[in-house]
This record gives sequence, C-alpha cells and structure tokens, in this order.
Amino acid sequence: MREFGYQRAVDVSGAVALLDADPDARFLGGGTNLVDLMKTGVERPARLVDVTALPLDRIEPADGGGLRIGATVTNSDLAAHPEIRRRYPALTQAVLAGASGQLRNMATVGGNLLQRTRCGYFTDVTQPCNKRTPGSGCPAVGGEHHNHAILGASGHCVAVHPSDMGVALTAFDAVVSYETADGPGELPLADLYLPVGDTPHRETALPPGALITGVTLPPVPVAAHSRYRKVRERASYAFAIGSVAAALDVQDGVVRDVRLACGAVASRPWRARTAERVLTSAPADAAAFAAAADAELAAARPLPRNGYKVTLMRNLMVAVLSELAGVAKEAAR
Amino acid sequence: MATSSSLSPSPSPTHSTITLNINGEKHTLPVDHRTTLLDALRERLELTGTKKGCDQGQCGACTVLLDGRRAVSCLQLAVAAEGREITTVEGVAEGERLHPVQQAFLDLDGYQCGYCTPGQICSAVAVIEEHAAGWPSAVTDDVRPEAGPPPLTADEIRERMSGNLCRCGAYVSIVQAVARAAATRAGEGDDSAESAEAAA
Amino acid sequence: MTTTTKTTSMERKSVVGTAHTRVEGRDKVTGAARYAGDVPFAELAHGWLVLSTVAKGRVRSVETAPVLRMAGVLTVLHHGNAPRVERNFTGMMGVPPDPTTALFQDDRVPHRGWPVALVVAETPEQAREAAEALVVTYEEEPHDIAFSGDRPDTYPLDGHMPAVTEKGDLEAQLAASAVVVDAEYTTPEEHHNMMEPHAATARWEGGRLEVVDSNQGATWVQSDLANLFSLDAGSVRIRSEHVGGGFGSKGVRAHQVAAVMAATVLQRPVRVVMTRRQMFSLAGYRSPTTQRVRLGADADGRLRALEHDSLSLTSTVHEFVEPSAGVARAMYGADAHRTANRVVRLDMPTPTWMRAPGEAPGSFALESALDELAEKCGIDPIELRARNEPELGPVSGLPFAGRHLMACFREGARRFGWADRDPRPGVRRDGRWLLGTGTAAASFPAGAGPSTAGVTAEADGTFTVRIAASDLGTGARTALVLVAADALGVAPDRIRMHIGDSDFGPAMIAGGSMGTRSWAWAITIAARELRERLALGADIPPEGITVRSDTTEAVGALAQKERHSFGAQFAEVAVDPATGEVRVRRMLGIFAAGRIVNPLTARNQLVGGMIWGISMALHEEAVRDHASGGLVGADLAGYHVAANADVPLVEADWIDDPDPDDPVGIKGVGEVGIVGAAAAIANAVRHATGVRHRNLPIRPDRVLLAGAGSGSDAGGRDA
Repeated sequence: MREFGYQRAVDVSGAVALLDADPDARFLGGGTNLVDLMKTGVERPARLVDVTALPLDRIEPADGGGLRIGATVTNSDLAAHPEIRRRYPALTQAVLAGASGQLRNMATVGGNLLQRTRCGYFTDVTQPCNKRTPGSGCPAVGGEHHNHAILGASGHCVAVHPSDMGVALTAFDAVVSYETADGPGELPLADLYLPVGDTPHRETALPPGALITGVTLPPVPVAAHSRYRKVRERASYAFAIGSVAAALDVQDGVVRDVRLACGAVASRPWRARTAERVLTSAPADAAAFAAAADAELAAARPLPRNGYKVTLMRNLMVAVLSELAGVAKEAAR
Repeated sequence: MATSSSLSPSPSPTHSTITLNINGEKHTLPVDHRTTLLDALRERLELTGTKKGCDQGQCGACTVLLDGRRAVSCLQLAVAAEGREITTVEGVAEGERLHPVQQAFLDLDGYQCGYCTPGQICSAVAVIEEHAAGWPSAVTDDVRPEAGPPPLTADEIRERMSGNLCRCGAYVSIVQAVARAAATRAGEGDDSAESAEAAA
Repeated sequence: MTTTTKTTSMERKSVVGTAHTRVEGRDKVTGAARYAGDVPFAELAHGWLVLSTVAKGRVRSVETAPVLRMAGVLTVLHHGNAPRVERNFTGMMGVPPDPTTALFQDDRVPHRGWPVALVVAETPEQAREAAEALVVTYEEEPHDIAFSGDRPDTYPLDGHMPAVTEKGDLEAQLAASAVVVDAEYTTPEEHHNMMEPHAATARWEGGRLEVVDSNQGATWVQSDLANLFSLDAGSVRIRSEHVGGGFGSKGVRAHQVAAVMAATVLQRPVRVVMTRRQMFSLAGYRSPTTQRVRLGADADGRLRALEHDSLSLTSTVHEFVEPSAGVARAMYGADAHRTANRVVRLDMPTPTWMRAPGEAPGSFALESALDELAEKCGIDPIELRARNEPELGPVSGLPFAGRHLMACFREGARRFGWADRDPRPGVRRDGRWLLGTGTAAASFPAGAGPSTAGVTAEADGTFTVRIAASDLGTGARTALVLVAADALGVAPDRIRMHIGDSDFGPAMIAGGSMGTRSWAWAITIAARELRERLALGADIPPEGITVRSDTTEAVGALAQKERHSFGAQFAEVAVDPATGEVRVRRMLGIFAAGRIVNPLTARNQLVGGMIWGISMALHEEAVRDHASGGLVGADLAGYHVAANADVPLVEADWIDDPDPDDPVGIKGVGEVGIVGAAAAIANAVRHATGVRHRNLPIRPDRVLLAGAGSGSDAGGRDA
C-alpha cells in the first residue's frame, strides 16, 4: 500500500472539489472494499477523500411517493429502516443476506453499488486481468470460473458484480443521484453499469469525479410483496452463486405486476425484463414461471464450469415466484 | 469552499497526528495514513486484545465497537476513526467484573484457542443490542415491522454471529453463551433466549 | 475452579473427569492473553516475506537498490545475501527439514508462492509497501500441478507408516464375492486456516537466541532452529504461551527462520507474521487425494476382500504422504486385504499434517464405501459394521487396547433415534428440503511421545509445574492442572501451570492427539515422586523442592498394541434439490477415547472436530489455476470454512474407555472427532436424495447437476 493523503469532506460540493476528478484520488466511504483492495494492491490511490461525514445519511420521503436513500446510509440502517421493511422487504432481505453484521455497519449504499468484483484473478495482482490491467488478458475464461457470469459477459471479462443490495434496487427501478463539479445528475440504476464489451475496466457511466449522493426508490406497490433469496456455498457470510429478487402481484390467478432481478450472473445486477414480459398477464402458475425463467435464460452463455448456474437460476426464479404466488413447491418443480 | 479537515496540522500529507477515543480514554498519536485502526491498537497502543486473523474483513477476529456498533477494525483506517467512540475487548468489562457475555463465554467454554474470542465477544455484545433494537436478520422469516421483533432463537444467533469465524469449531458453545448473556440482559422473563441456549 | 478446601488427604476426590473452566479463560475473554504477535518489544523491526510469482524456475535478479532507498527500509534478505543454514540433519520428527524452511539458500523456485526475499522495515506499513515494490525477475520453466488418479508417475511412499500392506489373493476373493463395491473418491486441497496467523519475533539476548512464536512444540522449533543455524539447543529459547490454533501447521516454517536471519543481520528484534494469503503458500496444507476402494463381501455383508489405494501429492523438494489408506488397517479385516499410499511429485508446496492426517480423507472414502456395501447387501450400515468387527488388528494381528466401536454405535443409535430410520432414499420432505440420515465409524491412533517435566513444591504450599507443552486451544493447560492436582493430591487452585517454553526441557509436541497424554504422563511421574518425598515430612526451603521426570524409557516400553480412539458419527441433513444447498440439521458423535480428563473442554474439542467434518464435507476446497500454478481466491472469502450458520446443534459424548497402559488412562480426543464425520454427512445426503457423492466438497453445483434421481451417483472425477 503506497502512502496517501487523507482529507475529510464536510459537504457534497466540497467533496467533489477535493477529489477534483483526480484519477489518483478516491472517495472513502465505509472502506470495506476500497481498503481491502488497497491492501491487495489492486487500488493504489495517492489521496483519499473521506465522505462519511457528509450529510447524506438519511432515508427520507421522495417526491412522488418514493424514498430517497442517502449515499452514506449504512447497509445496517437501510435494512433496519421501517419504511424499507414495510414497502420493499426484498431490499431489507438482500442487504441482510450480504457480508456480516460488522461489515454492514460500515458499508454504505453508495459504496455498495460501486464495489468491485471478487473474481479471484482481479484481486490477485500477480495474475493477468483485463479489468485491472487492460489488455493483460482474462485467465478466468480458460481457468477458474465456477462462480462467473452466464449473462452479458464477453471474452474479455466474465466477472460478476457481487452486490446483493443492487439486485433488489434494480428490481425496484432505483435511480442513482450524483454530484459533479458541473452540478448534479441522475442515472437509472439499470444504466449505471456499462456493458462489458472489450472495456471491462470501464465499469460505470458516472462522469469522472462524480460522487454518488443517493438512491431514489420510486413508489412500487408490488414491492410490498417481495422476496430475496440467495444461494451460496455456505449458509452465511459468503457471496452469492446465484440470487433472485422478485415482487409479484396476482389477482384472480393472473399476474398483474411482477419485478424480477438476478444476482451473481452478470457484471451487473441483472434485471430479468424478458421474464417479466412473458409473465405479465400470464397465469400465476409453475408452468408460466418456468417458461418465463427459460425465456430470460435463453440468452445465457455459460462457460465450461458454470453451466450449473443456468439450472440454478431457473429453479431459483421458479421457487421464489411460486413462494410469492403461494403455489405449492411440488407443483413448481 | 466549505471543506475542511478535522486533522491537526500535518507534518506531511501522508501522516497526521490524531486523537482516538478508546475505552473512554483519549490517545493522541502520529499515524501513517495507511495505519488501520487494528494496527494502531496493536502496534502503537499495546491494546493487543483485538486480533488480526485475516486483515481483509473476512474473519471478524478484529471486531471492535465504533460508536456502539460492531465493525472490523482491519478495514477501518485509524485516521478516519477520529471522533468515534471506540470500544475494544479491553473495555467491555466493568473493572474487575466481567461483562455477562464474557462471563458466559468463560463458563460455557465458548472458545478453544481464544484467538477469535475478543472479536466474538465484541460482536456478541453488539448482537444483543441489535436484537433489542428490533433489527431483523437474514433468517428472520418476516422482516416487516408489523411482524414485530424476531425471538432470539439459536438460528437467529447463528446467523447474526456468522461474521466471526472460529476455526476451532466452538460455535455450539458460542451460541449457548450468547443466548445466556442475552437472557441475562433481558432478565429472567425472556424464555426465547433461554430456550435458544437449550437448543444451541 | 470450584475446589477451595485446603487438604493433603490421600482420600481427596479425583478432579480428573470433572468439568473445569479454562485456567487461562479470564485472560482469553478480556484480551489479556498475549499471543506471539502481541508481545511488545523495544526497537522492534517488521519483516515482510516476498513470494515467487512463478511456479517453477530460477530467480534471475532481486532489485534491492530502489527498495533500500524507501522510507524505513532496513534490509532486504534473499538468496544472494542471506546467512547460510545447515540443511543436512534429521529433525525431532525424524525427517530432514522441508527445504522451504532452509530459506534463501539458492535461486531455485520449486512452486508458486516460494519465499524469495524478506524486506525488513521500521513499521509494518513500510515493510508491506517495500515488499510489494520489490522487483524480482525469474527464468521461468514449465510447471506441472495436474493432480489426477491416472498419472503414470506415482510411487508408494512410507510416512509414519509403511506405504503398502497386503495379504491374501485380492482378485480371487473379489471374484468369489457375492457383492462388490468398486468406487473412486476424491478430496480436494484443504488448508488449516487456524485463526491466528503464523507469527514469530526473534532477538539475540545475552548471547542466546530467543524466539517468541506460535507453535505446536517449543522443543520441536528449538531443535530445528538450532540445527538450521548450527547452535547448541541450549542457546535457543522458544516461547509460545498462547497459540491461536495449529491443526498440524505450526511447526518450523519460513517465518521463524526469516525472523532469526533478520535479527542476526540487524542485531535487533524482528517480527515476521504471515499474511492470510501467504499462509496458503507457506503454512502447509492437506494434499488432495484420489482414493479407490474395492470391497467384496458375501451376501450377508461379511468382507472377503478389502482394497484401499490412496494417491496424494508432494512437492519436488520434499516428501510427504497423506496416508489415507492407513485407516483400513485398523478398521476392517478381510481374507484378502490390501492398502497402499502413493504420491506423485508436482510443482506444488509441500503438504503437511492437517487434523487427522490420513484418517480424515481416508475415512471419507472407506466409510462411504461401507455405506454403499450396506445398501447393496440390504443390511443396516451399523449391522454391517458389527458383522465385520475384527478381534485383532486386521493387518498387525495385535490385540486392541480397547475397541469399543460397537458400544459407541449402540449408544449413538439409541440417542440419535436410528432404529426408526426408513432406509429408502429420497422419500422424506420438509417443505423444499429432502431429509436424510447417515452414519460412519471413526478411529484415530492413540500414543505417547517422550517428555520431561518439573514439579516444584513451593514454600507457601502451592505447586509449580513446568513443561514445554503447547495449548493450541485443546484445553491442555487446564487438563494438566487437573492431572497434577490428582497426582499431588491437592486442589487444582494450588497448581501453577507454566507451559510453552523450551527452557522447561524436552517435551512432546501438540500433535497426533498425543500431547496431553504425553505431558500428563511426565507430570504424573514427577508429581507422584514429589508427593512421596513430601510425605517424608521434609521442610520446604525457600527455593522449593523440585522433582523432574523423563518418560523416554517408560514410553519406549509401552506394549505394542492396536491402540486407538474409536467413535460412531451420526448426521441428519437437509438438501434442496432445486438449489443444491445442503444443510446439516444435527450431528451426534459417541466416542471411546480413553479417560476424559476435562469433560467441558474435551466435549468442545470433539464437537470442534465434527464441525471440521461439516466444513470438509460441504465447504472446504482450495482451487488452483493450472496456467499459473497458483491458488485462486487464497483468502477466507475464497476458501470457505464453516461459519456459525452452517453449524447446527452438534453433540459429542463418550463411553468409558480408560487406556490400561497409561498412568492417567488417556487416549486422546484431538483428532478422532473429524474422522468419519464427512462420510456420515455424505451418507446422509445419499439417504436424503438417492445420490451418492464421492467428491468433496458436496457443493451446490454438484448436487444440482447430479439431480435427485434415486440410484444415480455423482462419482468419477471432477463432477
């Protein structure tokens, strides 16, 4: 870890000015990912601008009936907030499924969205990695990719985004607010992450030097009946090998509204819009859920050692939707 | 420009003199900005009760309380911990009297090698407070506030304590110890925590 | 400590066998207990190891000049300038040193993660940055880390047992068998990952080398360091008061040697601590295994043929064998019986002992195969084992020093509710979960090593015991207090127990489940003699009266027997066939493991072993990248050990089984708890789903791809 300067910002415009779009400077939130990456040498900033003291730690009603979540709200406070638990329970479940109690107390909403992949090649500076060192190659494609992407990847990078929170936020059409020296801006979360293509090192559409200031959840009535399920290789304190956030509104046996997003399958939280389209106005039964999942996964391009994820995600989508619809598990299989 | 640093004038841009409030005492020391809170405690202040197991936030051995909430001190830069109230395992007991969590770990053998123990204890102290505050967990069936706070069952304790790895495999007695300490805090009337100890 | 009555009565009730909280417990729960990296030293410098980034080749250059100009850097040691060490000796463990500990002696790189330099600086932050900045160039050669069962270049290797045993005509007996099981089982590369990383601080003090270290045997480290640096053992002192877990990995390793070299060069105290990532290359590990088990039996399940063949790997610079086939030599007899432990040399770090070396992976294969045989014969798996109980050692022909395996099964079956079990697989459901139960046998050798101890009667009526024992979390310190109290006929609170210091004289290591037995023996002999002397009524001088003991002769005279701890493991699992998740719902282990000195800590240790079994069955696996020869995800997020949420109510208990040949009756509880545990879980997964998993760990993807069809299996290589 190289030596670095440290400054603590007290307001948003000051933070942006301090960073000054300097490519060698980073905003420091909870530090749970950045400090780790500095220890492994993946990140070597010359300067840190601490944003944890910014007045962005509130969850407030937003215009139009949604909720605005400040960027420095901790994962713990987000998960415990009564309005989140009441109106978007899958978001609370997603956040609680991530990391550990200690890390959730430190980690912030803004930092969660900008966290980096846990691909074992990316975090090991002695290995090639196109995301870390553009042009050096992707050893995961021909090597260890057991927990890598099946959707939206390219031959240049097959890493997955590790966020649980982001999966639920994506399902609920969250919008990211940011601040730059030129003023504020907004991006739908679905557009925050860039396609991988041949530039896996370019991860977000944020302008240089931008500071995420918050995330706005629009009112999504169906989200009150939502669920997040995560599958991982131990029962807790592990990243997903597959996850699903779903919300479902069924009337008279017909799907009126549905939200569906998947985690650990792509370089971003994956909104399952194809499945949503297939399901809307379809009968709320196991066959329809399976057909929707299959439609979404038709685009899957698994690697030699992660084909199981196609089966896993199909089963998981069917299971979560069935649970929300109150359809018996047996029938869903 | 309304920005400032809370730091004293720095001898160099990569070092600062900071004051840390640890276990109710103020410690002023110059630090390399790279120094984590964990290393400041262990290498600079001889507070070696807080342990370094992985130095990457992946084991929980370095857990301390920051403003009453548990956190891994290995990923907390010391310079950024200024102004926070820091409690380490050395500050959990009240003088000679052990904290109920400590006493339960001792009585129920909630450890083996003891290296993860300070982190387990700090974590457990916070888990009991988090539960008392009504926080749900990943195994809480219904997280909606209307559902009320979940009883602190053995499964709830297991999930909430999962950020503290114990390679010796003392989890069974750790869960029993947390349940007993929670019951102590809640008073004799809390059946759920007592039954958690029995089921753990 | 509960006893306070002052008495010297001969009729004092024995405290061995009663539950006592740990004597160091208060220090451990308050943070006062100091581990190797916690002990402060004035003028301490910090060393940071630099590891090779190629898997095979030679170091061409170490560009020290830019690093030596960095702030705080004191020195960079490498093969071009490091002190020379002696490599030609046989250590306390009876083998030459692993060349990994003969640090920086030549330019050869035999595996990725080989130590090539040590950077020493004033602060850890400076040392880390300088180590990261150090440029090392290599001449790289092609490497080979491809471990598989069909390699042609394997050979049998003796370890702490002969490589091969055989009797009878295996093929003829298999041909004559009504039922045959022939299956291949695999276990992956596994790492100890004790919570406390290896840490050592070395300094020269008054002409003596002192190392504050975290290890499993002060005498072991003293002897190896003295040999390496050509010193008298008496001029080397090793201290390790508290040890944060070992599991076989904490012997002599690169960090101690590096610290001694740097302290010698700089003439000031130097601490070297392995990072978690470095531990994956430097701390040893359990080799992956590929095991073939062939069982032939009559229709009633009586074995006619048993073959257990195990392949593990070793490095190109040192020989180590994971003797997985050894467990069959103690467990089951057959007319034709063949066991073999083979190795293949690869460009990998040298593996080492890891909790129940041999027995842990070996019992997974053998006890899974027994379960397969039981199913094929239509016999209950416990009954199958009962029908194959040997009267004498199946290979040795020696009598058993107590073999209460069936008593363990009977008691376990009763408490677990085994009698109600429906043997049909795949028929029990609880919501999305399929449920199943499984069982397996456990055994681990019992033994003792020579030790010395000193017991002092102090003038104030207390006693001080000094022994170079090591408490890795086993509870040895507390157990030895109870043993000493009984031998002296006093209350435990009158005993002061000092351990973890090589100045206390040679003693057995904490390993092979032999530590507490070996140390208790030495303490008992010294304490009894002291008690006899005190009974003569001698006045105690201010310096006290000390009696020393040495068990070398007594241990050497121990009768040759099949001496083992035994156990019966039971597990209930839940499997979600839609996601592949497997959860253990409960476990019970009943053991016959000698006299239990301290039920509180022994139970904890046995349960801990069983939890290692859960971890081995479902989680642990180090994954290597074949192109680079390195590990992918070499940290505790990439290498999963069981977390609290993975562990249900796990119960361990025991039946009476004192070893008649031990002064205290001890056998040992450190390792038997893991043996058979993974097999019990795999057998339960089979019962739940109908699918036999022969490759560990039983990951979600394996469960998912295998499906849940009755009668299918997930055998073969990398399923």
